[in-house]
Amino acid sequence: MALKASELTVGDSYEEEVCRDLSRTQIVQYAGTSGDYNPLHTDDKYTTEIAKYPSVFAHGMLSMGMTGKMLTNYVGDGRLRSFGVRFTAQVFPGATLTAKATVAAIREEDGESIADIEVSTVDEAGTVVVKGQATAVLDA
Amino acid sequence: MAVKKFPIEAGHIMMFARSVGDANEIYYDSDYAKTTEPGAVIAPPTFVQSSAQFDPDYFLRPKIGQEWFGSGKEATGITKKPESSGGGGGGGGLHAEQHYVYHKQLQAGDVLTATTQPGKTWEKEGRRGGKLMFSESVTEYRNEAGELVVTATGVGVRTERPATST
Repeated sequence: MALKASELTVGDSYEEEVCRDLSRTQIVQYAGTSGDYNPLHTDDKYTTEIAKYPSVFAHGMLSMGMTGKMLTNYVGDGRLRSFGVRFTAQVFPGATLTAKATVAAIREEDGESIADIEVSTVDEAGTVVVKGQATAVLDA
Repeated sequence: MAVKKFPIEAGHIMMFARSVGDANEIYYDSDYAKTTEPGAVIAPPTFVQSSAQFDPDYFLRPKIGQEWFGSGKEATGITKKPESSGGGGGGGGLHAEQHYVYHKQLQAGDVLTATTQPGKTWEKEGRRGGKLMFSESVTEYRNEAGELVVTATGVGVRTERPATST
């Protein structure tokens, strides 16, 4: 179900918990599907002893992928025109992430209604881990 | 990165959707997908990242018969510390930003090619001192008709000094 321009107001928002107590196994799953096998994400021995991080941590793209799930649930399948983020903090195993979309503008472009959307994902401590923007096509 | 052939496979989409915790049936069930607005199994918004699977030279995948920098018996499989430790985006280091522009719907059955060009580079002082070096790479994904499907811009960041925990 796509959003309707006629029923949408600037400032409207939608949020979703996109992971709870992030597991190392889910990070392994993401490594397997994305093909990014960087040991920083799955290999605690390498990550703590060689790279000197406190533990393995999630791929930024996993956080973005989970954020994207919230977005497509909000704007509908196949409605995104753009989606871009900055990774503002690392996400470690155990994180619970909540992703939020806020409508920043509704406009017309080439005969289509477009929503500009601010996106942010926070962890259980309220730290922003992903911040960005998206645009989506609306129904009239 | 250059990928000559990136087949968009339904099974890969299913596994990718699972790995980001996305239960939307459009990624799992082609019969259900026919009843949706796109009318087919489509790719989730960040799916093209997995084109790395089809890049024969992708440096963050162990290569058959070669040393791997992750742990085995020792904490790293190679004696020399890798110069770059990853990031799906720009020129190594950590992944700082990722941006997608969607030009056409990407769906199971499509076959893409990908070509990557270096983009901008810039520097910034880090909060804990030391210079942060950012570099951008721009990847164009095209379908078999040569049409642009997705433009992906990644930004990688490297520090002058080894990373410390936050």
